[in-house]
Amino acid sequence: MRSIVAEGLAKKQKDISVAEFFERNKQILGFDTSTRALITSVKEAVDNALDACEEATVLPDIFVKIQGGEDDEYRIVVEDNGPGIVKKQIPHVFARLLYGSRFHSYRQSRGQQGIGISAAVLYSQLTTGRPTVVVSKIGEGYPAHRLTLLIDTKQNRPETVQEDMVHWERESGTRIELAMQGRYVRNTKHSVYEYLRSTAIVNPHAQITFVEPDGTRTVFERATDRLPPQPREIKPHPYGIELGTFMKMAKESTARKLSSFLSTEFSSVSQNKAEKIIQQAGLSPSDRPGKLSLDDGKKILKAFQGVKLMAPPTDCLSPIGELLIKRGLRKEMESLSPEFIATDKRSPAVFSGIPFLVETGIVYGGDLPAEERVDILRFANRVPLLYQEGDCAITETIKNIDWRIYGLQQRGGKGLPYGPAIILVHVASVNIPFTSESKEAIAHVEEIEKEIDLSLRQCARKMRSHLSKQEKRVKTRRKFVLISQILPQIAAKAAEVVGKPVPSIDEVIIKIMNIVWVDDHVSFQKGTVTSTIDITNYKDRAQSFQFYAALPDGGEVVSVSPEPAERNQRYLMWSVSKLQPGEKRQLSFQLGGMAEGDFDENSLYVKGIDPVNVIGVEKWEGG
Amino acid sequence: MTTVSERKQAALREMKKIAQRVYDDLSSARIPELEIPSRTKANIEFDERHGVWKYGDSASTRSAVSLSGAQMLLRTMYVIDFIRQMVEQNKSSTLRELYYISEGWGEGKFSTQGDSDRLAEDLEIMTATLREDMSLRPEEDGARVIGDLVIEETTRKGEKRVIHCQDDVGDSGYSIPYTVEKEKLRIKSTGARLVMAVETGGMFDRLVENGFDENTDTILVHLKGQPARSTRRFIKRLNEEQKLPVVVFTDGDPWSYRIFASVAYGAIKTAHISEYLATPAAEYLGITPSDIHNYQLPTDDLTAEDISALQSELSDPRFNDDLWKHEIELQLKMGKKSEQQALAKYGLDYVTDTYLPEKLTEMGYGF
Repeated sequence: MRSIVAEGLAKKQKDISVAEFFERNKQILGFDTSTRALITSVKEAVDNALDACEEATVLPDIFVKIQGGEDDEYRIVVEDNGPGIVKKQIPHVFARLLYGSRFHSYRQSRGQQGIGISAAVLYSQLTTGRPTVVVSKIGEGYPAHRLTLLIDTKQNRPETVQEDMVHWERESGTRIELAMQGRYVRNTKHSVYEYLRSTAIVNPHAQITFVEPDGTRTVFERATDRLPPQPREIKPHPYGIELGTFMKMAKESTARKLSSFLSTEFSSVSQNKAEKIIQQAGLSPSDRPGKLSLDDGKKILKAFQGVKLMAPPTDCLSPIGELLIKRGLRKEMESLSPEFIATDKRSPAVFSGIPFLVETGIVYGGDLPAEERVDILRFANRVPLLYQEGDCAITETIKNIDWRIYGLQQRGGKGLPYGPAIILVHVASVNIPFTSESKEAIAHVEEIEKEIDLSLRQCARKMRSHLSKQEKRVKTRRKFVLISQILPQIAAKAAEVVGKPVPSIDEVIIKIMNIVWVDDHVSFQKGTVTSTIDITNYKDRAQSFQFYAALPDGGEVVSVSPEPAERNQRYLMWSVSKLQPGEKRQLSFQLGGMAEGDFDENSLYVKGIDPVNVIGVEKWEGG
Repeated sequence: MTTVSERKQAALREMKKIAQRVYDDLSSARIPELEIPSRTKANIEFDERHGVWKYGDSASTRSAVSLSGAQMLLRTMYVIDFIRQMVEQNKSSTLRELYYISEGWGEGKFSTQGDSDRLAEDLEIMTATLREDMSLRPEEDGARVIGDLVIEETTRKGEKRVIHCQDDVGDSGYSIPYTVEKEKLRIKSTGARLVMAVETGGMFDRLVENGFDENTDTILVHLKGQPARSTRRFIKRLNEEQKLPVVVFTDGDPWSYRIFASVAYGAIKTAHISEYLATPAAEYLGITPSDIHNYQLPTDDLTAEDISALQSELSDPRFNDDLWKHEIELQLKMGKKSEQQALAKYGLDYVTDTYLPEKLTEMGYGF
């Protein structure tokens, strides 16, 4: 009896069409509201476009256009200069749900983020009844194919309504055009514009052109011509594997023996370790992987946890890098003229055998609103996360930091901070753990939260050090006004009233200041940064000390004056000797190969003098 | 008696001494600084000889080591130089003009008129002279007077004019000029037996309309809120020269008690010249917190500012006597305040027919 019921159920399950599946899982798929449907569709298309370009090592040049709006129907066009897709594959990529999900290949990619572009195609079809048009060209000399596609929702099979060859200017690339019911909004956190702007920040190598329904055209310019290093595909590590994945791998494996299956298709498993695992699982090394029972699989997974294995390789990740995060932020925040941008990048770490890496940035000051909650920009594998902010490990970690000590306001030292700042967090991994299939919030994984915490604190320390330096300088600048303008006027006026010659005030100035004053300026012109440092002794005795200027990553010293006593990749060091009371000395250096904003603040240090007596520098802690 | 110009020359000499001190500091490589008494509630002491509250010994130092101190020194030098020029050219300016003139003083420019007014007062303290002698005069004139009083005013044309403050003036009374020194104003005679200082214009006009000044031989002086220096000086002269008792009639709230204190004991801001401005014999008539209770007056709730002002008065040495302590504590307890004009609850004549006669009889000025 029982088996008959089960058979009936199985039959029913089969009959559920992809349309129904979609309808039931709208929220998970990111199509639950008409605003979000537009964003998700653009996101799927742009993510694919960026991945495709990078795989072909082409600098992405992406065009996004949204048209229409009549009766809430919009037409979305996304076009890239990627390698194109061969004609045979086009229907499968665009008009078949869950096609080609390479779920046991581990590689940092945007693609793992969503259900895929076909969901957008289906949504288009369900809301407007219209087919989707795809044009693709795989290279110079090849024709461009135009396919008009529908999804057979009963069978989950693509249906090519029409196909022809067309002329296309591009050397290669893909263009998708789809119509859908939606709602277009601007100037909110949840909008296509904001998604593209955020994408531009963490993809500074991409150029994105966006045309809005009212015709407004925005170009998110490229900030670097260097493509990010290709993320490498790695094999799954035994510590993080799930039973379903394991069984599927075993079924599809070409290895004939269990021992070679384990040692060739997993990372960090040597022949020796494989045998140990098999022994612990109570199986035989010569078992056929394809013949493993579910029970055998469970035994092996248990044995995995009992064997000490090396961590997976971590050089498979492709971070954005501090300099490029800074450039991306500076470029997209230009209109706010921020006062300071701090960035930090952590070394790769591992959770459950899965490598990941955290990078952060904080934008501070300028025209950012001083009294409002800080903005949080969350990214996973270079894709902006716009929804479910409250559920995300990033938000949670930010809430648990006491930001008050870093110069932001926060009620009771907990919760989201307030102040003129934007906090950026990027998590890159071969397999980002999301809280749910909608893939908008990163799960609360202890190792990840710890890395985010450490990175943000490092950033925040840089911000605080900048702020306290600013504060000190403002104070000292006021003293400077005092001695350079007010004191001479007091002397002149007093002399006028008593009818005597103006007295000299040099000694009084030294008494008032009683410090060594360092005033520095950084200027930028045509790829060259010029840093000028003036050191004036306002103490009543001659001073001698070592003076250090830290050099940024990637900056090449093209000239320096006077000749430093020591120079290397990290710093320049001058020996300042016998600086007399009232004497001023100038140091300067030039850095080549820089972009505007790469280096806009000197980091200066002294040794051999109490740093309390020197304004504008910190104590040299290096060797 | 010294003449105005002699007093001005003396003031200038004192100011030049200040400039000389700064000059000497600079030429001897010392950081210039000036010392002035702190002008806070904590630094006022009772002066037995004059019966008024004056500044105590605690002083603050304005040193050029800080930006604000240096700015203050520069402004002081500018003001002294400006006064020197005025004395030489026989001119004077209002405090407001002083503020605007500082526009051209670069780093010595004042940011608010409050700053320039305060500096003028600081200079009074440092040089022990009056700002009038430094050729500076206030913007506001004194208040209004009605009563059986004959004065002789020297007008701007130099004529001496005799004015009877009931017969020769309209309903708004005689307007007290900004300076009431003897060269400007002489008190010739009076038939009154009492001076009543009234806080609000509304009550002043009510008393005039009801003929209170004539019916009770009282000189009414309108204080116009916190009274100007010349008003306080005028009341003091009526008290000292004509031996007239002074009573003060205000609203029943902490701010009004301060108005009384400035008439009777001297204001904290001008404690350096209290013996010149304050009338220690002045008595407070009302509205007292007890009046609010006894006369069942309409009230408003005390605001947070009112409460903190009352609490601050409890620690103010000028209010440190049993009567005031009792009244202030009573008011804090009932949490209410009332205005002079709340007496109109019982009709327009109630204040002149009942309240004032009762209160004055109680104070020993019976009819």
